[in-house]
Amino acid sequence: MTIEEIQNEIIDEFSMFEDWEERYQYMIDLGKELPLIDDQYKTDSNIIKGCQSKVWVHAEMKDDKLEFTADSDAIITKGIIAILIRTFSNQHPKDIIDADTSFIDDIGLKEHLSPTRANGLVSMVKQLKMYAIAYQTQLN
Amino acid sequence: MLDVEAIRKDFPILSREVNGKPLVYFDNAATSQTPQQVIHAIVDYYSNFNANIHRGVHTLSQEATDLYEQSRQKIQAHFNAKFSHEIIFTSGTTHGINLVANGFSSILKTGDEIIVSALEHHSNIVPWQMLCEHTGANLKVIPMNDQGELVMSEYDNLLSENTKLVFTNHISNALGTINPIEYIIKKAHAVGAAVLIDGAQACPHIKPDVQALDVDFYVASAHKMCGPTGVGMLYGKEAWLNKLPPYQGGGEMIAEVTFEKTTYADLPHKFEAGTPNIAGGIVFGTAIDYMNSIGFDAVAQYENELLEYATEKLLSIDGLKIYGTSKHKTSVLSFNLEGIHPYDVGSILDKLGIAVRTGHHCAQPIMDYYKIPGTIRASFAFYNTKSEIDALVEGVKKAKKMLS
Repeated sequence: MTIEEIQNEIIDEFSMFEDWEERYQYMIDLGKELPLIDDQYKTDSNIIKGCQSKVWVHAEMKDDKLEFTADSDAIITKGIIAILIRTFSNQHPKDIIDADTSFIDDIGLKEHLSPTRANGLVSMVKQLKMYAIAYQTQLN
Repeated sequence: MLDVEAIRKDFPILSREVNGKPLVYFDNAATSQTPQQVIHAIVDYYSNFNANIHRGVHTLSQEATDLYEQSRQKIQAHFNAKFSHEIIFTSGTTHGINLVANGFSSILKTGDEIIVSALEHHSNIVPWQMLCEHTGANLKVIPMNDQGELVMSEYDNLLSENTKLVFTNHISNALGTINPIEYIIKKAHAVGAAVLIDGAQACPHIKPDVQALDVDFYVASAHKMCGPTGVGMLYGKEAWLNKLPPYQGGGEMIAEVTFEKTTYADLPHKFEAGTPNIAGGIVFGTAIDYMNSIGFDAVAQYENELLEYATEKLLSIDGLKIYGTSKHKTSVLSFNLEGIHPYDVGSILDKLGIAVRTGHHCAQPIMDYYKIPGTIRASFAFYNTKSEIDALVEGVKKAKKMLS
């Protein structure tokens, strides 16, 4: 699936929820379910510091696709990471560079990706794109 | 006894909704809300008196200057300073601290010592680290205990003839602990050291008497005590303020300027370079009038009632731990739910229209002491109610259920 198709699928899933509580509960469950990152990559050099919660990101090239794993110490942050990983992982670097993240607004989680929230997520998205740019440069 | 329902009508913001719920504002330690009287004074200033001060011969300028100086006198009276020129208008507490730190850079020499408390806001530690780097002085820290109190026996051991300056907050922003500043000041003076107290968190709750405290410097911010942001005050004893060099160069702080030499203006203008926050300075006085019209004794009594009520209710939740359990504290509750990140709880409370602070509250050393990433902090003001606390308790229970 392309990034856009995955994003549309996520928007569809979220459209079934009636209120914020159901949306949050879903995210919390996503956050709980997923073992997101291998412990060996949960290092200080992979850490993105927000004022409030920590985020770890690891990237690896498999064939010509970029695979991400990530984690956070806060569960709602982790739920959003799960959604972002689902969209961006196993995609071509170029598609990651070109992708936008406005679907987060459409699923009612905009406030978590606001730069003022200081939870590390904004920097995380930036970091995912930086990895994509770096690997794209290698491919060229 | 204060009439909280009548008081709430003074604060327009308290009737707004957040995320479809009535706002419950429990982030008062970050900034207090603004009463109609203060909002009106801002509008009145810009509608009727706006002019630059201490400069013009015209009527508007003189009227604005009078209002500004009257406000300085109100602040002087409120803090019981001996002279009005001992009150310096600043942009806030941080500015006041930097002004003093900068002044001491010409006084300190290698081997001198500055003592700070472990309960500091970490942005307040930085000016002293910079000062030490610049002068070769050393920074010593008064440690804290499990209750979130400064350990006075350790403080006694740190003091020596090398101690030149002691700095602590009057009340901790992260935990609400009221520090024994009377003791700290007395002991510092016994070895000849000066004392600077950060009163940002204290001034919304108590009325400090700088002469009775015999404190050398005391700083505060208007926005924590129902005033506007961007204005605060530094109190300094006259002798100290005369001794410290000016902080910034510019208009108003000079007496005479030639290219060869400038002579500085007298206090307080020596430290007030450039056009100040005139409206803010004037309205700071209005905010002080407002707080005094409520009365600090009534405020303290009522807030203490809120604190006791909230402490009891919150502790009834299984797995909830409160940080900062000193007997001497103001209406600040810093807490966590076992195994749950404060950010998650804060996000859910926000959805319920409840404003709390989450994170390390810029007091990383305190969080490191407790080995936690941060806390949820609810801080109460005299315009909060017990039913709002009930909403918080229900919100925390809901967050716990959703997150565990």
